[in-house]
Amino acid sequence: MHGPSSDESFMAEVIATTPGAETLITCLQCGTCGGSCPSGADMDHTPRHLFAMISAGMREEVLRSNTPWYCVACYYCTARCPKDIPITDLMYSLKRMAVREKLYDDRDAPDWSKSFIGMVDSYGRSFEFGLATRYHLTHHPLRKVGVGPMALDMFSKDRMSLKPDRIKGMGQLRAILDTAKSQEAM
Amino acid sequence: MAERVGVYVCHCGSNIAGTVDVEGLAHWAKDNLDGVTVARDYKFMCSSLGQELIEQDIKEQGLTRVVVGACSPHLHEKTFRRACANAGMNPYLCHMVSLREQVSWVTSDKGLAYDKAKALISAGVRRVQLHEELEPTEVPVNPNTLVVGGGIAGIQSALELADAGYQVYLVEREPSIGGHMAQFDKTFPTLDCAACILTPKMSDVGGHPNIHLLSYSEVEEVTGYVGSFHVRLKKKARYIKEDDCTGCGICIEKCPKRVVDEVFEAGLGYRKAVYRPFPQAIPKYPVIDRANCTYFERGTCRACEKFCPTNAIDFEQADTYLDLEVGNIILATGYDLFDTTQIPQYGYGRLANVFTSLEFERMCNAAGPTEGKIVLRDGVTQPKSVALIHCVGSRDKRHHPYCSAVCCMSALKFGHLVMEKTGAEVTSFYIDMRPLHKNYEEFYDRLQQEGMHFIRGRAAEVTDAARLPGEDGKLIVQAEDTLIGRQRRVPVDMVILLGALQPRADARETAIRFGISCSIDGWFTERHPKLDPVATMTDGLFIAGTCQGPKDIPDSVAQGAAAASRVQGMISSGTVMIEPIVASIDEARCSGCRICNNMCPFNAIDYLEDRGVSFINAALCKGCGTCVAACPAMAITGAHFNYAQITAELEGILYDAMRGNGHAVAAPEPAAAGG
Amino acid sequence: MRYAYYPGCSLTRSAEPYDLSAKAIAAPLGLSLQEIDDWNCCGATEYISINRNAAYALVGRNLALAARQGVSQDLVAPCSACFLNLRKVDHYMDKYPAVREKTNAALAAGDLHYEPGSMHVRHLLDVVVEDVGYEALQTRVVRPLDGLRVAPYYGCLIVRPQWNGGEVDTEYPTHLDRLLRTLGAEVVDFPLKTHCCGGHMTQISADTAYELIRRLLHNASEYEADIIVTACPMCQLNLDAYQSQVNRHFGTDFHLPVLYFTQMIGLAMGMAPADLGIGREIVSAAAALGKIGQAAPASPAAAPRRKRDDKALPMPRQREEA
Repeated sequence: MHGPSSDESFMAEVIATTPGAETLITCLQCGTCGGSCPSGADMDHTPRHLFAMISAGMREEVLRSNTPWYCVACYYCTARCPKDIPITDLMYSLKRMAVREKLYDDRDAPDWSKSFIGMVDSYGRSFEFGLATRYHLTHHPLRKVGVGPMALDMFSKDRMSLKPDRIKGMGQLRAILDTAKSQEAM
Repeated sequence: MAERVGVYVCHCGSNIAGTVDVEGLAHWAKDNLDGVTVARDYKFMCSSLGQELIEQDIKEQGLTRVVVGACSPHLHEKTFRRACANAGMNPYLCHMVSLREQVSWVTSDKGLAYDKAKALISAGVRRVQLHEELEPTEVPVNPNTLVVGGGIAGIQSALELADAGYQVYLVEREPSIGGHMAQFDKTFPTLDCAACILTPKMSDVGGHPNIHLLSYSEVEEVTGYVGSFHVRLKKKARYIKEDDCTGCGICIEKCPKRVVDEVFEAGLGYRKAVYRPFPQAIPKYPVIDRANCTYFERGTCRACEKFCPTNAIDFEQADTYLDLEVGNIILATGYDLFDTTQIPQYGYGRLANVFTSLEFERMCNAAGPTEGKIVLRDGVTQPKSVALIHCVGSRDKRHHPYCSAVCCMSALKFGHLVMEKTGAEVTSFYIDMRPLHKNYEEFYDRLQQEGMHFIRGRAAEVTDAARLPGEDGKLIVQAEDTLIGRQRRVPVDMVILLGALQPRADARETAIRFGISCSIDGWFTERHPKLDPVATMTDGLFIAGTCQGPKDIPDSVAQGAAAASRVQGMISSGTVMIEPIVASIDEARCSGCRICNNMCPFNAIDYLEDRGVSFINAALCKGCGTCVAACPAMAITGAHFNYAQITAELEGILYDAMRGNGHAVAAPEPAAAGG
Repeated sequence: MRYAYYPGCSLTRSAEPYDLSAKAIAAPLGLSLQEIDDWNCCGATEYISINRNAAYALVGRNLALAARQGVSQDLVAPCSACFLNLRKVDHYMDKYPAVREKTNAALAAGDLHYEPGSMHVRHLLDVVVEDVGYEALQTRVVRPLDGLRVAPYYGCLIVRPQWNGGEVDTEYPTHLDRLLRTLGAEVVDFPLKTHCCGGHMTQISADTAYELIRRLLHNASEYEADIIVTACPMCQLNLDAYQSQVNRHFGTDFHLPVLYFTQMIGLAMGMAPADLGIGREIVSAAAALGKIGQAAPASPAAAPRRKRDDKALPMPRQREEA
């Protein structure tokens, strides 16, 4: 990456975590991403605003922001951005950075993701029932309205299983994932 | 007789002297190079004093050759050649060596720089002694000019040349001149009526004795070179005899076939199969649109013919061809508007009340499809709220990366017209406001005062899916208001898209036909973007107006005038000098294999059937050397770059090896990364 | 036509009807779907939020297995999220050498390797539309879905992101519309057909999630759809299983069944609903499906002749339907 931003800047750090994100330094601040986002109204900062904060080096505020956790990954922003910035991928990167530094006030969202991958790491497949029980039992199930009745409906239509599926090659998958996790630059 | 060479090493301030030992170099040249009579170093060779040094030495020292080690030929070759010419020496006996772009600007290592400088000076000194006196060819300039494109830029060029007393052929492919400006309602920032300021000029063109207006015509082929171009034109059949037509318009009235006018009315209105694009059309003669005429389709109707009082309809008319000889050509072919269906989230084509800028111009125009009333697509309802979306297809890597220069001002203009005619609320959705020229910023201020709303945020989408109260039945523009950092949904009745200006769909073909180049975007390439915006790399071909890049009317007019002025300069000097650095074929050695014919990028090589040899047209030849290298019989010589001269240059570079004095130049080290 | 088939975790249970119906219609349409042996989860939108290298390697194992098993060069995924993950990893491995190296280094620990570009990742909908084609599909229709108003809901990940200048419209695609029209249904072109259903937002913020679902249900019912037809298990789950929650939350009264396009194809081909997993949706489709063949198809009104004093301005020329 060339240009005046020093290699130690927060901007450079964010760009390094995301393939193809060099275009972030050309952001026009046009607001197309913020304007397109279906969940934008519920974010602390719109994606555009977040990029302005990244450019200003506001590391902690950015990583504490709920913005990436409210991203629904619909890719409207990425598809419409006039500067070809991979915005959705940047949101994923910001999630990872926030998780690594434990910098998101509401723990629900990261914990959901961590529970999900816990299932995948154990079984090689996702396991909704196990995921739901593990996550919701530790996260005030009454707050997450509707999971109870929804789950009952799903059971009654035979769309939820009580037992996880397990792949045969768990050993192989584990070896692969362990190697991947030991590689640098997440 | 040995030549007497003068060597001049320029310091170029510290540009060269900071890295190269210029004084030492001059001394070294004098002491070591054969043929050097005098060698000097000087701070700025390109200055008058520097040039006078050369002139003086030529006169007093009897120099027969000059080598100047300085910046690069692109910048100052002309300067030093002129200095030599002033002192009575043939300018082609002067040679420039680049000690800046090729030495001091590519390394900071003084040792390497000095070694290379010595090699290059040595090469220059050896070569220049083999230079020949060359004379440029003088060719006459035909005082007639071809102007392609009858928009405002072309009209300006044509009028200036015609007023200066020269003959102009103005070619326009639509039935009338006027271009896009004729479609507009008002122009910014003065809010002048476009037709009111344009039609007098159009009228002047139509009536000018020196302008031969060739409307509804296209250029088919161009051959020749600066001063003498041969142009083949196709005059498309109007199916109307111009000599008999009085322009009364009865044919148009009686024609039963109505079609959507995609060109002049931008698809917003209708015209007949026989039509004039607009009432003030110049020339006044209508045209029959063959593709939509009932007679041509089915053999029936012929109403126009029945009712024409002067019998001017001629269904048998055929396209005719015209051959012209001109000295210079000005291209002023204009632009196309971006197709906004390529940005589907703005809803153009799907949502009825989304309009393009050109559609809206036609709507505002009193002679347009709604007689100037601003209404929704139903043709009746007046909007109470209007949104203007900037940068549609501009500043967008997916479409056009550039800014289209005029849209911000157009948006302000539209805002004013909407508020004036309807009192509606107007909101502009912009990324940056770009009112750049004289009185433009004041116009922005005026619109702010008039109560136009501005939201800084590129519109994300235009939708009819209502979500919040107040949105039913409306078009909702959703955008982030970046100045407050919130998403906003603004319900409006009408949306106007400020689409990008883009090159004509056939711009590339046009460029090839005329022998000029296009940029990647498709705009015609000027000779120099800052210092020579209306000339092209092809002598005798000029460009003016939006075909060179997006711009407003004042700039188009200025470029039209500038191009005319350049042509007038050519015409008044009467002749033009063609550089003598050209290739020539030795007939005795040519076997007529014709390998060179198709290699020439300038189509300068002809094959002479009767003699069985190829022949190079010196006026077209640019001296690129491709044919020289390609000829298997070495029958082609490139003047000023012949075999002996090039070999001498190589020998000069290898001076120390040639001398065999045991002094080997250390192999240069690879340049430091990023150095 | 043979395809390596990647069902994805949802199709094993929560979206089993999608799997059933896909397999039911495959043979008659000339598609041979062979499940990749021992495929693993694609990571959905979760793994990438925690560890990128592992997320790519997780997907890479599937690509490598598919390539090794050599059933076909085409890898078809019925789930839009799996489709995105599989093609994204393939694309990024191709485009970014660093991603390629790291992913293959991880795969090597499992004795696997993947050469980017060796599998063509396709969505099941695209396979039906492009490889089978509308005409061939038409010939299989024995029980046209006349009388049924269907809202084609594409969702987001089937049309976005487009890499390398893809040809599908990222905002207003028409291929599912055309497919459903081929089946005889009346297609309701509702504007929010590529708006996001919210994905996993139900687990993050109910308010946000339910609003996103509500928008879709509201828009589809505004356009008087009888059924929403979808091509993604997440979309189906959100719109179907959470519909009663949405009603409770907003005081609305939606009863919009949500079925898969494969189920619709099966019905039109005359298959029994139970064989297509119909009946396992939470919001029952029975009433809506009862309309098939009931209402006489409305004869298209003749386009009125333009009146002389009709002031309406002409609409711009429309783009061709895909």
